[in-house]
Amino acid sequence: MPTVSMTVNGQAVTGDIEARTLLVEYLRENLRLTGTHVGCDTSQCGACVVHVDGKSVKACTMLAAQAEGSDVLTIEGLADGDDLHPMQEAFRNNHGLQCGFCTPGMVMSAVDLLNHNKNPSEGEIREWLEGNICRCTGYHNIVKSIQEAATKM
Amino acid sequence: MTDTGIGASVKRVEDARFLTGRGSYTDDLEQPNQTYAYILRSPHAHAAITKLDVSAAKAAPGVVAVFTGEDMQVGSIPCGWQVNSKDGEPMKEPEHPPLAKGKVRYVGDQIAVVIAESLAEAKAAAEAIEVDYDIQPAVVDMNKALAGGTLVHDDAPNNLCYDWEIGDAAEVDAAFANAHHISKIDIVNNRVVPNAMEPRAAVGAYDKASGEYTLYTTSQNPHVIRLLMGAFVLQIPEHKLRVVAPDVGGGFGSKIYHYAEEAIVTWAAPKVGRPVKWTAERTESFLTDAHGRDHITHAELALDENGKFLGLKVDTIANMGGYLSTFAPCVPTYLYATLLAGVYTTPLIHANVRAVFTNTTPVDAYRGAGRPEAAYLLERLVDRAAREMGIAQDEIRKRNFIPSDAFPYQTPVALQYDSGDYMATLEKAQGMADVAGFPARKAASEAKGKLRGLGYSTYVEACGIAPSAVVGSLGARAGLFESANVRVNPTGSVTVFTGSHSHGQGHETTFAQLVSDTLGLPLDQIEISHGDTNKVAFGMGTYGSRSLAVGGEALMKAMNKVIDKSKKIAAHVLEAAEADIEFKDGKFTVSGTDKEMAFGEVALTAYVPHNFPHETLEPGLEEQAFYDPMNFTYPGGCHIVEVEIDPDTGVTTIEKVSACDDVGRVINPMIVAGQTHGGLAQGIGQAMLEGCVYDDDGQLITGSYMDYTMPRADDLPSFDTDTAVTLCAHNSLGVKGVGETGAIGSPPAVINAIVDALSGLGVTDMTMPATPEKVWQAIQDAKMPMAAE
Ligand code: FES
Ligand code: FES
Repeated sequence: MPTVSMTVNGQAVTGDIEARTLLVEYLRENLRLTGTHVGCDTSQCGACVVHVDGKSVKACTMLAAQAEGSDVLTIEGLADGDDLHPMQEAFRNNHGLQCGFCTPGMVMSAVDLLNHNKNPSEGEIREWLEGNICRCTGYHNIVKSIQEAATKM
Repeated sequence: MTDTGIGASVKRVEDARFLTGRGSYTDDLEQPNQTYAYILRSPHAHAAITKLDVSAAKAAPGVVAVFTGEDMQVGSIPCGWQVNSKDGEPMKEPEHPPLAKGKVRYVGDQIAVVIAESLAEAKAAAEAIEVDYDIQPAVVDMNKALAGGTLVHDDAPNNLCYDWEIGDAAEVDAAFANAHHISKIDIVNNRVVPNAMEPRAAVGAYDKASGEYTLYTTSQNPHVIRLLMGAFVLQIPEHKLRVVAPDVGGGFGSKIYHYAEEAIVTWAAPKVGRPVKWTAERTESFLTDAHGRDHITHAELALDENGKFLGLKVDTIANMGGYLSTFAPCVPTYLYATLLAGVYTTPLIHANVRAVFTNTTPVDAYRGAGRPEAAYLLERLVDRAAREMGIAQDEIRKRNFIPSDAFPYQTPVALQYDSGDYMATLEKAQGMADVAGFPARKAASEAKGKLRGLGYSTYVEACGIAPSAVVGSLGARAGLFESANVRVNPTGSVTVFTGSHSHGQGHETTFAQLVSDTLGLPLDQIEISHGDTNKVAFGMGTYGSRSLAVGGEALMKAMNKVIDKSKKIAAHVLEAAEADIEFKDGKFTVSGTDKEMAFGEVALTAYVPHNFPHETLEPGLEEQAFYDPMNFTYPGGCHIVEVEIDPDTGVTTIEKVSACDDVGRVINPMIVAGQTHGGLAQGIGQAMLEGCVYDDDGQLITGSYMDYTMPRADDLPSFDTDTAVTLCAHNSLGVKGVGETGAIGSPPAVINAIVDALSGLGVTDMTMPATPEKVWQAIQDAKMPMAAE
């Protein structure tokens, strides 16, 4: 079994894995970081989005081995201790989540958007979220959340 | 109003865990020593299994066990509702084994389960299972199914499940004979796939020491699963079967039903002596989550010379799929035909509904369930009648609305609406939509070569499901009450155990608001517990917009019992007559004195009853209530959609959605708006994007997110939503429900808007989903005759 080493949420981790292990499987099953979700089998839904070296990535589309040496940030590592990240806070303030299943991926994806584009228009936000499906909110309050976060980040 | 009470937009209690990745969904749970199940499914829609050899799979690496239908000799998956045909014959209710016995009836039907040390090993071993199929013709088209020939179930001739009617056909025919105008329509209500973002999952465990089974499952109603699976399929008594539905990632109806996989993992757990975990891949969700809608209807509306509706005739065929799912039979009958009066005074209505088996995934309730089909039919037909008679869209509706002073209003199709004001929601929505400015916007669109349309939908629905006596007389095999238990802890905090189940609705917040408002407690002193049959006494769960109207009322009833008992305690301690004790703002006072006792003091006294008179006052402070509603509740409203169409491409852009709904008293406006947004997105999705397609062989063509168009952020606009409230007349909170309104009201408004935009070209019809290709084709077809002239 190959060994992988990476940093996840600021902590160095090393594990023996089967070569075919996806990053999302490594996070959920080996590290028990179950905040990253799996919503599809065709890389379409975005429930699995994490950051790898600062960029949003669908963790179902990447082998764990490909993250060797990388810095991985998952939803569990986004808050600063008990202080929510401004994006998490904005989702809460604006009712940007209902069942919460798409939420980790939405939040991680939205953070990456604002890292690139400090002040996106509604159209830019909606276009960016094309790879994240939410069945509950109709996106209305997700867009509002991201707009609010943009004023705080 | 306090800032944590009724009417406040309290931020959600549950969000903290979901936003930090600490939600606990079924697939997140890990049982010690668990095994993984993979289910081998039929690749064929209709076939006899002539050979099934699992010996190689059993010998494969990591495999713990393999079971087939031969091994799993258990009861049939039951149906919860019996509909009788108009000749009195009960519906056909074919056997539904969790693992197929000799025959498969849709692509995805379960054939065998492989249980292994890892999912990868289970999957690999499943490939070693040898199956020979005698492939039979698939029955896919509903009309062809009714013509007979190939049968999905040998005991259902012509594939007919039932042939049901409501209303008096002869009386309706007489009304048609006197009509000034008759409008006709043929409607297909497209099949949709619910697609909750969390795929279904189930974990079965068995404790040999206690003999107790535990099932963790993605369910909207764990007690219902315990009853259906325990009593009918596996014969496990309730006291030895615990069903837990932890955090659930959306349901929309699809997680109401008892599914085969739940029975398979629970049954297999003691066989392998270890917990068994199964999680659907999205492909399996597409194939096996009960689908929604799928009606074919012909309808006719008779009008007098003033556009008043005289009568309505409806003939519907409804798809049941390959087996009867839990609620399936009641969806196209008691949740559909009973809504055909809509918001109108139509005096005579007849509807005939034939339910038919096909070699497709079972169809059952999906957000709105029956009521969207009724609203879509009616609002399309009313729109058409208005166009044919040259009456404005709002005017024809106003002429036929049930007036606000006519409630309670008895419709000709069984329901009695308790309250509503359809004119108020229409007029408010018209203001939101700036209907007055539409002609100018249309002209502006036309100036740039675009088409613009405005579509109305005025709808009513029946929810707060449901009065047990009524649904019992209509074939429900269960009651539809709800329970709540209010446990006041010794230091005065409160734990509520509710039979409602939250899978996105935010009960941990809204129910806490009810408690905060009623008992005067801060939110951090209130815990709402749900989803575990070992904690909650009983529950019928969450669907049909019933949580607040039924579950919330049960909670109010239990809290009233707590207050009554507390008054007795306060009277005893304060040495006053019970009748003189008043409860307000969290304090018990003796009227006319300054003697008082805080709620927390009463609670502590209840658990430290040193000088209680034991004959008249029990220690402790915990009350249970069951609430059975007197009637359905009837939310309604008006949705107005404005679209712009590019005639060169058929691309339709939704410019504005204005939804004004009467949902009864609003407990949390933020959550009500969120529910409306979600419903609108699903309704617009059905109208413009989503369509479930099978080929003639019964293969699901739209089986993944690559082929099935889910509404995405850039397909939708922001929404304008508001409420205009009349209170429900028969519950204490005056609440009606909001979970389904968006999905019911919006589809006809979208299609009516598209038809309006194209009407200048002579287009009179559009089917869902109104894809750019269909819109473009309609434009081309409309141009053709002109070109020929
Ligand atoms: S799980 Fe759906 S995109 Fe990764
Ligand atoms: S909040 Fe449920 S899928 Fe987005």
